[in-house]
Amino acid sequence: MKLRGAMLLGLLALVCVVGLASVSALVVALNLRGETTLQESAKVSTPEQVAKGAYLALAGNCATCHTARGGAPYAGGRGIETPFGIVYAGNLTPDAATGLGDWTAAEFWRALHHGRSRDGRLLYPAFPYPNYTQVSREDADALYAYLRTVPAVASANKPHALRFPYNSAAALAVWRALFFSPGSYAVQAGKSPEWNRGAYLVTGLGHCAACHSPRNMFGATIESLEYGGGLIPAQNWYAPSLGSPEEAGVADWPVEQVVALLKTGRTARGSVLGPMADVVFRSTQFLSDADLHAMAVFLKDLPQHRLERAAGQPPKAPPTPHGAKLYEQHCAACHGDQGQGAAGAYPPLAGNRAVTMDDATNLVRIVVSGGFPPATAGNPQPYGMPPFGPHLSDEEIAAVITHVRGAWGNRASALSSLGVLRAR
Amino acid sequence: MPHHGAYSRRSRFPSHLLARSTVLAALACCAAVVAAAPPHTVPDTMQQRMLACSGCHGKDGRATSQGYFPRIAGKPAGYLYNQLLNFREGRRNNGAMNTLVEHLNDAYLRQIANYFAELDLPYPPPQVVGASASLLAAGQQLVLQGDKPRDLPACVACHGAAMMGVVPSVPGLLGLPRDYVVGQLGAWRTGLRKTAPPDCMGRIAQTLTREDVLAVSTWLASQPVPVGAKPDAPATTPLPMGCGSALR
Repeated sequence: MKLRGAMLLGLLALVCVVGLASVSALVVALNLRGETTLQESAKVSTPEQVAKGAYLALAGNCATCHTARGGAPYAGGRGIETPFGIVYAGNLTPDAATGLGDWTAAEFWRALHHGRSRDGRLLYPAFPYPNYTQVSREDADALYAYLRTVPAVASANKPHALRFPYNSAAALAVWRALFFSPGSYAVQAGKSPEWNRGAYLVTGLGHCAACHSPRNMFGATIESLEYGGGLIPAQNWYAPSLGSPEEAGVADWPVEQVVALLKTGRTARGSVLGPMADVVFRSTQFLSDADLHAMAVFLKDLPQHRLERAAGQPPKAPPTPHGAKLYEQHCAACHGDQGQGAAGAYPPLAGNRAVTMDDATNLVRIVVSGGFPPATAGNPQPYGMPPFGPHLSDEEIAAVITHVRGAWGNRASALSSLGVLRAR
Repeated sequence: MPHHGAYSRRSRFPSHLLARSTVLAALACCAAVVAAAPPHTVPDTMQQRMLACSGCHGKDGRATSQGYFPRIAGKPAGYLYNQLLNFREGRRNNGAMNTLVEHLNDAYLRQIANYFAELDLPYPPPQVVGASASLLAAGQQLVLQGDKPRDLPACVACHGAAMMGVVPSVPGLLGLPRDYVVGQLGAWRTGLRKTAPPDCMGRIAQTLTREDVLAVSTWLASQPVPVGAKPDAPATTPLPMGCGSALR
């Protein structure tokens, strides 16, 4: 009996050990999938390659994360806040000791494509390699050629400040096994070359899905809900759905309006603020009309999902005389007494989806912090919105937001002062 | 039977389509209402664009009676421009300012600085009245004479004899709330506020004691601003210490 028990226990232990070993082997295998011996490119860096790389770096908005506030371009050091702690962006300048000085083009490609550093270390996906994996080798080489030309800055990479267990290589390996697989952009045969160019830019370097998709509890974007909108981790801004006519879907927009929004930050329908202002200011305003047109064509073709509620009876914000009075006092001079906006200066609030979409986080942020749309060649002197956070109470902000969400044909739900407190 | 058929067909008209067309009709009405709203226009001016600033800095940047936020109207353009850059680049920290200028380029920040610098608006009477004579005397001594043994230059040595600043980049010290002056000297002491190196004010603020800060800020906030006071023309004599932002 005793012997049998011991044997059973031993067998169980063996099964456990074998199981653990096979899971580990699987995780390792999944982490290495698609990786082959690094192939160095034969091409030397030509001026054309450098110029192309400079443009692609703008398309990928690399400098925004890889430049500390007020710091040297691409020298890294900016902390990217995530729900798991802070990830510090690395130094991409050609400094040999602290930057990419000793990296080869192939190693750079592996970082973009496989999320693996020069020394073989796994990279955290705050660096959006789940999107950049789509970038072609040719474009990666151009980016590499360009980064060799930016001024070298000696600035050692800061260690990440992640909590346990997220700070362990094993946890990262498991995450990658579950949520990352390297890929390359596959041309869709049934679609035009322009559509394909747009898709390549939006899904790859543009990494639009990194913000505009919901994330699961492990911080991975949910593939089935790609572009379905999501609260940006740690920033407390909602990146609206690109697949919803109630949010930021552009299926029924003229292509030119989509191009104008990305190029100038402004259309007659509204302007960009918050993280999207950052994207326009540092990235899309510099892209060619042809590329913006291509991105618009692809974005217009994203599958659209009308919210169920829209077909039924939408909730209507109850009328609030207090909100109407506050609107008249603080908002009407710029946005018009009927929320019609002022052409070329202030966006309309009537029929504006940034006002009426279910998630009112952005609206609260805009009222509380104010802001200017980005200064761009197409809108060089933007009109600003004052921060009302220091001047209005949560109750007052809730009342005025409830008013604009329910007035002039807007039919969005009311917002409580608790809702303001949560979003501000 | 055909009557019955027609009747039943109508009754089978899907209710959700009916609801949808009602909603569409309602939306069309709303669109009509929106379209019918008379167009609203605003002046195409810097004054209109800068309304975002007036909530804190007062109408046309002349400050409010709120007691902290500084007046910006009439300050030297180079100084204002440097501060806008400092807020954008994180050398100065104020949540509202950092957010507002985040996506504005150098060209527009320069225009904003020039716009506020050119405003010539009357100053309100001094904010602080009835401070103790000893405190005022200590403040006046530091502002006008400095403190040689401690290597503290007089404020007027850089900020102009009239303390209204010096074109293009040295700010005036009069017409500011006391709390704002205290706040800035404190921020320099702790390193929260910085300027382009060499950071002259950072060095000075490190040397000042809490009593010095109180005395200087109280005396400055007690002084009336003379009618027509303006920043001085650029100094011809060298400044008493290196200052990274003075010439930018």
